[in-house]
Amino acid sequence: MRTVHTTVNGQRVVADVPDNTLLVDFLRSQLELTGTKESCGVGVCGACSVLLDGKPVSSCLTLAVFADGCTIETIEGMADDNKLHPLQEAFIRCGGFQCGICTPGQIMMAKALLEQHPRPTRMQIKQWMMGNLCRCTGYYKIIESIESAAEGTKS
Amino acid sequence: MKPFSYLEPDSLDEALDLLGRHGDDAKVIAGGTALVNFMKNDLVEPRFVIGLRRLKHLQAMTEDNGLRIGALTTLRTLETSPTVAGYAPLLAQACRLVATVRIRMMATLGGAIAYADPALDTPPALMACDASFTVQSRREARTVPAYQFFTGILETVLAPDELVTEIVVPRQPTGCRTAYIKFLPATHDDYATVSVAARVAVADGKVVDARIALGAVGATAVRAAAAEELLAGKEPNAANFRDAAQAATADLEPLKDIRGSPDYKRKMAAVHVVRALQAATTAPHP
Repeated sequence: MRTVHTTVNGQRVVADVPDNTLLVDFLRSQLELTGTKESCGVGVCGACSVLLDGKPVSSCLTLAVFADGCTIETIEGMADDNKLHPLQEAFIRCGGFQCGICTPGQIMMAKALLEQHPRPTRMQIKQWMMGNLCRCTGYYKIIESIESAAEGTKS
Repeated sequence: MKPFSYLEPDSLDEALDLLGRHGDDAKVIAGGTALVNFMKNDLVEPRFVIGLRRLKHLQAMTEDNGLRIGALTTLRTLETSPTVAGYAPLLAQACRLVATVRIRMMATLGGAIAYADPALDTPPALMACDASFTVQSRREARTVPAYQFFTGILETVLAPDELVTEIVVPRQPTGCRTAYIKFLPATHDDYATVSVAARVAVADGKVVDARIALGAVGATAVRAAAAEELLAGKEPNAANFRDAAQAATADLEPLKDIRGSPDYKRKMAAVHVVRALQAATTAPHP
């Protein structure tokens, strides 16, 4: 058991976690932040993507103890009170999600992309988002959502 | 995942102490992209997991008699670094083709090497760059050339108390050009069906220096020394490239898996050796 000091979506969290806990299980079971989904469980599909110190990680392959001393951002931290984040608005506006399972991971990856490249090219979006699988949308609408959110941000 | 005790050393000395004490019962974790998958499937059940994330100096690159890459440098850093692009574009290109950007932000070069999956992209690239690895323990520090490091599927020359601390890429020969070709018939984020790294220097119409290494063609990545020798002094043309490909692939024993049969992979390896040599010798000079 280790004590993890972390900041989750802006809130300080101190929690005891068994050493062999995965970050995704820590978030979902211990902190009850069930927006993050585990799907493939092997780091391929991207559904469990969260930001650790601003950097995307597959939380299904990350030990919870890695969060000690770090910040974590999840889908639950994207909306500001009742106002959705521009990426969330864009995914709704452009039809970037259907069943919704992959969406939290898509949006967290897209957030990291726009922080590095506020006005990404279509190719940059494709290369960055390649690791986030969606079985509903056919991807075009996800790409359009990210382009739309980027156009809405001040360049 | 089975229970284990997580240990997090603050210094390299402390990490080597822990490995000296627990080496046989311990696994080292860097990015975790390989080890966690193994632990989740109970394929590895260490009593101790030693996390290296506090060893910040192993995340740095320095230029000192070659490019010295800290073992904890992520593949994403290598892919985007202007220094790596200048020293060894071959390594940057191989990193760029690994899995997905998120995995490349997690996975480290030292981790990839110690993992030693024969289908990884970085080992053949490092072999073709004449790279060597610094390996440290409480007992000694030693240097192992990339092409002598891998001994079998997931097996290396590392003793249980040893840690890869640094990857050294020497200054590449003047006038050399490179190519890394990863044959990916299924999805772009897959492991290679076969991969080929080539580095060729041509002067006065003749090959003066060649390196060829292949991935996913057997129990380890392999350097094709016979093909390199065969090319030396020859004209860089299609017939000579085909001869080199024959020499590089004749003795391979690829593993059968979902990406193909041994025979298919051997044939594809030959095709891609030719393509890599063509790409390297027609690439613009850096």
